[in-house]
Amino acid sequence: MGTRAEPPAAHPERRDCMQLTLNVNGAKRVVEAEDETPLLYVLRNDLKLKGARFGCGLGQCGACTVIVDGAAVQSCDVPVSAVLGKSVTTIEGIGDDKRLHPLQQAFIEHQAGQCGYCASGIIMAAKALLDANPAPSEGEIRKALARNLCRCGTHQRILRAIRSARVAGEGAR
Amino acid sequence: MSEATQTEAPRKLPGSLDANRRLDRWLRINIDGTVTIFPGKIEIGQGILTALVQMVAEELDIAPERVRLAPASTAYSPNEGITSGSRSIQEGGIAMRYAAAEARELLLERAAARLGVSLEQLNVADGTVNARSGGSVTYWELTSDDLLRREATADIPPKAAAQHAVVGTSFRRVDLPAKVTGIPTYVHDMELPGMLHGRIVRPPSRRARLKDVPADEVKAMPGVVAVVRDGSFLGVVAEREEQALRAQRRLARVSQWDESPSLPESSDPRYLLKMSSEDEVISEKADAGAAACETHRIEAEYSRGLMAHAALGPSCAVASCEDGGFSVWTHSQGIFPLRTDLAKVLGVDEARITVTHVEGSGCYGHNAADDVALDAVLLARAVPGQPVRVQWMREDEFGWEPYGSGMVVRMSGAVDDAGRIVNWSHELWSHGHSTRPGPKNGANLLAAWHLAQPVKAPTPGNPPLPGGGSHRNAIPLYDFPNQRITNHLIREAPLRTSSLRGLGAHANVLAIESFMDELAHAAGADPIEFRLRHLKDGRARAVIEAVAQKAAWRTREKGDGTRGRGVGFARYKNLACYVAVIVEIEAGHELQVKRAWAAIDAGQAINPDGIINQTEGGIIQTVSWTLKEQVKFDRHRVQTLTWDDYPILTFPEAPEIDVVLINRPDDPPLGAGEGAQGPTAGAIGNAIYNALGVRLRDMPFTRERLIAAMAA
Repeated sequence: MGTRAEPPAAHPERRDCMQLTLNVNGAKRVVEAEDETPLLYVLRNDLKLKGARFGCGLGQCGACTVIVDGAAVQSCDVPVSAVLGKSVTTIEGIGDDKRLHPLQQAFIEHQAGQCGYCASGIIMAAKALLDANPAPSEGEIRKALARNLCRCGTHQRILRAIRSARVAGEGAR
Repeated sequence: MSEATQTEAPRKLPGSLDANRRLDRWLRINIDGTVTIFPGKIEIGQGILTALVQMVAEELDIAPERVRLAPASTAYSPNEGITSGSRSIQEGGIAMRYAAAEARELLLERAAARLGVSLEQLNVADGTVNARSGGSVTYWELTSDDLLRREATADIPPKAAAQHAVVGTSFRRVDLPAKVTGIPTYVHDMELPGMLHGRIVRPPSRRARLKDVPADEVKAMPGVVAVVRDGSFLGVVAEREEQALRAQRRLARVSQWDESPSLPESSDPRYLLKMSSEDEVISEKADAGAAACETHRIEAEYSRGLMAHAALGPSCAVASCEDGGFSVWTHSQGIFPLRTDLAKVLGVDEARITVTHVEGSGCYGHNAADDVALDAVLLARAVPGQPVRVQWMREDEFGWEPYGSGMVVRMSGAVDDAGRIVNWSHELWSHGHSTRPGPKNGANLLAAWHLAQPVKAPTPGNPPLPGGGSHRNAIPLYDFPNQRITNHLIREAPLRTSSLRGLGAHANVLAIESFMDELAHAAGADPIEFRLRHLKDGRARAVIEAVAQKAAWRTREKGDGTRGRGVGFARYKNLACYVAVIVEIEAGHELQVKRAWAAIDAGQAINPDGIINQTEGGIIQTVSWTLKEQVKFDRHRVQTLTWDDYPILTFPEAPEIDVVLINRPDDPPLGAGEGAQGPTAGAIGNAIYNALGVRLRDMPFTRERLIAAMAA
């Protein structure tokens, strides 16, 4: 059962925890973990950043999406050692309830949520897209979210929110 | 149940107030300018909490921002059973509405005494009570601990719709800001001091028994605190989550199981037809004169495969065991029924267990939320004093959640010369659609069946009509002079089945609405006009007419060999919301739903955007169900374990949707969360026929099935 769900390069006997220095949301963070630990577990359990969600552990659903050096990355499927020396951004790093990121604001304005479990991963995937391509087409937005699943069926509201954030972002420049 | 001292039976009170009659069970007016409400219904992504906030704010005349929500807990919340069946507004909302109206009256009585005026002299603005003659006092000054320490009377009528200022507006969801900023929200996000992490090793197949497990070698792995074995229940507790996961993988590899085949030969639901069933005619109408007029008869068989809820976040729970008592945090839809079953399994008094709701990932019926709660409790029992968080993995959820039953529906019907349906027969085969926790006998929790001293599962069944389970929406809302509806319930289920959003409505309405189009075709009629011809219910007619207008439906419109449109309609459970849907499909390289239009009448709309959101979501989810989804298995094992095995609709495939809401503020609110499933499925089948001239009857309507049908 579950052989397909093996974590990458898992080594059953490995027990060497080490001090790892990460750059998360613009701050230096030191954690003690084995270097094969999925980034997601380090973010959630060591750094208490709960915004990236566990969905599949296989990089198939996008609930755990964070940005690493500008690219959307599924953090469940990446060992923490792979982000050493890189810049990691999570949903907590782009805005909070006092100062919402335009995408977060747009999700609220368009009521783009039901259960909300997919939302932070989708916002991060959308942010990576807009950072690289400030005026994506509808097709480009949809394609950028092709690996982010939403089970409640909130797709159209999410697309509307991202389109409006795209427009707002252009206005701000 | 009630604290009433009278000897006669207490008067029936509205909604859940009847079973939870104390006002302070429902709300508390705080001195700090807030109001705390205690809903027994829970948020499952449907937006219910926002609607409850609006209903309470409305009756109290306060800003909705003042309302605080207490998490549902067996320690203090009203027992509202299970949050399911689109009943939360009618049960919990109505109770909250009457409780708040009565609380306002009690506050006004105090204000009148304080200000020395009569009640008629008072009005309220955001919790400040003003006397017409001058003078004012706030709720926050008037409140006291004993204000609501009394039985509800329900004698204070809630406001009439015309007076509503908050109800009927699209107030923004109260839960969304936290969800889009990453603030811990879900039970998955919980942290307790000293919390450990657990994982479960489920049997490799349904009848597998654990023979041998070399626990010592796993216990020696880094971070492992305990390996817990009880019969064929096997789990592990570790300090860190990745350590628990690694130990689980190792345990799964090294444990030895006896396996034997127990599953049907094929994933095709027609295995149901060969099993023994309990048969019941649930509706019969006879008019021999009309029956004799039949001129054209057709028959057809429809089906759907086994389906998964497939919540995006696999189920999770946290539990702790201290001094023989248990605390459990869960995304269960029913904290009280879960507690009942936990008590049976643990052999302790219910009073020793506190179950508290914390939100989970989207919930579309009975998923593994309850099962993982027992898992967490069993592991926590092995490490007293230390809370344990158990996270099911993706393959646990796909492999072991309670599925939506496969179904087979056989239709037979006939029209007369005038193009009216004169005979209608609907016969369905399905497993039960309800195996939730809290049965009279046994326990409906997965791990309970695997223990050395198992607590067995009761015989599965259906919720009764009129809502029904497998027979939900099997009785058509159309008026036919002759009809016979037969339910074949197959109780013995090789794989556990339970309620999945809509229950039997998905397949029954697919069959009814497809067959209506097949008969319309036989009668040479337009599908919209043909439906109206057979419908007396004015509200049913109104949603069909509204969606036809919104979609600019053209009488007898024809598809072009690639694109086409179809319609579907139902009144959910024949007593909740009315929904009509038109979809446009395109058969290119893939079969896609490109656009959808819907009209919904859910009576009084508490939150119009909330209803529209639920309807859009219902349509998209049903497009996914109907085009893509089926759980597959072989004789031993479920073969659907990852999203690769069970693809769902993606962003590139999501259709555009326009929803028309018919608001009827003076009518009672009707459940709105599950109304789109059946009509959407029917509309898709009809659109495919309209576009391509082939009729698909077995869901999912995959590309392979379409190609096969076109070649036939």
